[in-house]
Amino acid sequence: MTKKLVVIGNGMAGARTVEEILARNGDFSITMFGDEPYGNYNRIMLSNLLAGVEDEAGIYLNDLSWYADNDITLNAGVKIERIDRFAKKVYATDGSATPYDKLIIATGSSSWTPPIKNIHNPKRGFHQGVFAFRTLDDTRGMIRYARDHERAVVIGGGLLGLEAARGLQNHLSDVTLLHAMGHLMERQLDEKAGHMLQASVENKLGIKVITNAMTTEILGKDRVTGVKLADGTVIPCDVVVIAAGIRPNTQVAADSGLTVERGIVVDDQMRVQDEEDIYSVGECAQHRGNLYGLVAPLWDQAKVLADHITGRDTEAAYTGSKLSTKLKVAGIDVASMGLIAPETDDDEVIIYSEPKKGVYKQLIIRDGALAGAILVGDNSKAAGLIQSFDRAQALPEERAEMLFDIGGPAGEVKPEDMPDDAQVCNCNGVSKGAICGVVNAGCKTVSGVMDKTRAGKGCGTCKPLVQRIVEWAAGGEAEEDPAASWYVPGVPMPKPELMDAIRKYELTSVSAVFEKLVPGGEHDAKSKMGLASLLKMMWADRYVDERDARFINDRVHANIQKDGTFSVVPQMKGGVTTPAELKRIAEVAEKYKVPMVKLTGGQRIDLLGIPKEQLPAMWADLDMPSGYAYGKSFRTVKTCVGSDFCRFGVGDSTALGIAIEERYQGLEGPGKMKLAVTGCPRNCAEAYVKDLGVVAIDGGKWEIYVGGAAGAHIRKGDLLVTVDSPEEVIRLTGRFLQYYRENANWLERTYAFVPRIGIERIREIVIEDTDGIAEALDAAVEEAVQAYKDPWKERAVPATPGQFRTSLPLTVLPQVPVRS
Amino acid sequence: MTITPLAPTVLGPLDEIPLGEGRTYAVGSEMIAVFRLRDGSLRAVSAVCPHKGGPLADGQIDNKVVVCPLHLYAWDLATGCSQSGQPPISVYPVRVDDGHIILGD
Repeated sequence: MTKKLVVIGNGMAGARTVEEILARNGDFSITMFGDEPYGNYNRIMLSNLLAGVEDEAGIYLNDLSWYADNDITLNAGVKIERIDRFAKKVYATDGSATPYDKLIIATGSSSWTPPIKNIHNPKRGFHQGVFAFRTLDDTRGMIRYARDHERAVVIGGGLLGLEAARGLQNHLSDVTLLHAMGHLMERQLDEKAGHMLQASVENKLGIKVITNAMTTEILGKDRVTGVKLADGTVIPCDVVVIAAGIRPNTQVAADSGLTVERGIVVDDQMRVQDEEDIYSVGECAQHRGNLYGLVAPLWDQAKVLADHITGRDTEAAYTGSKLSTKLKVAGIDVASMGLIAPETDDDEVIIYSEPKKGVYKQLIIRDGALAGAILVGDNSKAAGLIQSFDRAQALPEERAEMLFDIGGPAGEVKPEDMPDDAQVCNCNGVSKGAICGVVNAGCKTVSGVMDKTRAGKGCGTCKPLVQRIVEWAAGGEAEEDPAASWYVPGVPMPKPELMDAIRKYELTSVSAVFEKLVPGGEHDAKSKMGLASLLKMMWADRYVDERDARFINDRVHANIQKDGTFSVVPQMKGGVTTPAELKRIAEVAEKYKVPMVKLTGGQRIDLLGIPKEQLPAMWADLDMPSGYAYGKSFRTVKTCVGSDFCRFGVGDSTALGIAIEERYQGLEGPGKMKLAVTGCPRNCAEAYVKDLGVVAIDGGKWEIYVGGAAGAHIRKGDLLVTVDSPEEVIRLTGRFLQYYRENANWLERTYAFVPRIGIERIREIVIEDTDGIAEALDAAVEEAVQAYKDPWKERAVPATPGQFRTSLPLTVLPQVPVRS
Repeated sequence: MTITPLAPTVLGPLDEIPLGEGRTYAVGSEMIAVFRLRDGSLRAVSAVCPHKGGPLADGQIDNKVVVCPLHLYAWDLATGCSQSGQPPISVYPVRVDDGHIILGD
């Protein structure tokens, strides 16, 4: 049977709740009562109406036809004065009585008027020239009056007061904002942010702001001529707008015997306390002690109320909202969420302040999660911060990334603004449409989408964009990926736990790791290479080398090319060679008709296009050690000509580079390690952008930089330390590399590893030895150095049957043209 | 999934293929990659990656998939289906008989 639903309140909360009920096909005959003689409008837009950027028609959410179309009886301009809970009727001031089965109270709030002498006129409510700023009628009256006058005072420096002040400027030239507190928007902003906002409001908008201003009196006999402050200051004006806050409209509820504290007390289903059939929603409702004055919580409340009242989901519960706002206050970007000040000594506070531009950003982080944020003057990162705040997401180690776009293109691309065919991954040619297709098919983790599309699996630069698209396409329901913290995708453990377990169970082979540490013992092809590298680092001589755990490059000690051939790069320490060596390389290149001979960026010579079966013979003819241009390993040390010949060189970079390469050649790790030594700060060897770069400076000293990169990511390394001797450089290089090998994630290059750990922390460990592990690091790297064997010696007898057998015997290979 | 029927052909001794690795065999005009899984069983698939022609026998495997060494796309060794939206690869019946690899039924 159709039930009678009565809604007291025709504002945003009442109307939204009715919309939600209609959307659930609730079987009700609906009657709504509204104080205001209109359909319902977006109260938030009154500021725009005042500012002249919106007209009245534009702010209506539902006009009168909506009520008719949905068979809703609207009593606009009819005020309810009493509820009879027992007879289940509401009584209006016009004498009518309306019965209900279910009742919703959505009476919202009213503007609060501070006690100011002479603010009221006994005949006409407010004194002439004084306005509240709450309703459409208030706004209309204010606009009409302001047009014919010159000077306005706004009382209240919160959001509404600022909007009113800004809007009034559209109608008169002189606006002063009075705020009783010490800084603007004190509920949302800390003091510094409030002052920054004030400076912008004053300097950019030309609104005068007076804080700590207690208004005590309205001056003027028949109409306003000024206001007087507690300190005696008189501000002449023609218009006064009160925007000093709101109070929930609870009178009807209280008069009718419902439980009212600060607001009407409701439970998690939005039902009024102890009432079966009466609900309350919006600004007038008090839930778990909280009143909400923003729209987002209201939307959530309306959904729960609708679920419950229609019986769609009687378990639906509203559990409260985390408050965040992102808006333009008087034309200035402001966002605020959670805490506005730290509460404990352990709260991490990050502040960026640029007064000249009016930009202020503050983050408060507690236990690794965002507990609060304030942004003034730049909201470009607000959306991401609100998401992190709402969901208590893990935060980037580089906290600055939360406040700025670092290293990426200026201005983030928004997924919604991208056409479907826009290419997201420029390495693997994956479009936005392809990513969305996979998400729509049910894959809602970033790594899952990356696996399926290969997006972000090339250089990795587009990963943040892929993540944003997945989140957008999943409609905010992107799933946390448990595997994100694992060292390799097939073994459910982060690196420290994995290493502990490997040691505990003495797992010396890759298959032993799978069998012991993976539930069900399942092997995983994509995890083998990472595990092989880790086990070799951990066990050195005791490592049981299962050749199938190696990637093809490591099986045949050469880098596979697009046509299945390989490249051969002999070692050339420090990029220094001899005529004899060059002759030998030339002869080999001619003998094997090498299709391309190329100088590499690492100062070596690359012989490209070599069939696998020719590798051992070529190595024998070259009779040079492997340059390791194929592994996740120590690659090369680039050097400049140093002090022997260069007019500027202050240190013998060439000799030091050769010595470093001699010592650490072939060292395997979680990622490549590219090094350089340069003889002076002119940096010809590009040492600032290497995993480890050494720079000679005057006075016989050497600077060591770590964490640099100049690939898809560009980063200048961080100065680790300045030392006095090449021996010290060699020792600390080994210690740093060993720390990286033991602690970096698989494929995590130093440019990510160093900022993740923090250069200060790395300095503590590697230089100052605060953890007391320096000796162990030195010993471990020494063991690895002693275990070095040139893999190109593995040529007389193959390590496995068919090690160098071709894998594409008959195909006409896509030929790389021979360059003569 | 494509299973291509073939007359039984002896490809060679089993110990030509190290455990967990693959080797390519030319059979008529076909090129077939045969893998020896760590569980002891064999799988045979077309040797050329349909994406960009990579040599699948050089790829890494587990007991389910092969990962092409060039761009790391993966295919199910039993069904030939791609795990990453690529065209499928052909799969062939293969077994061990008296220490030899027999391709076909």
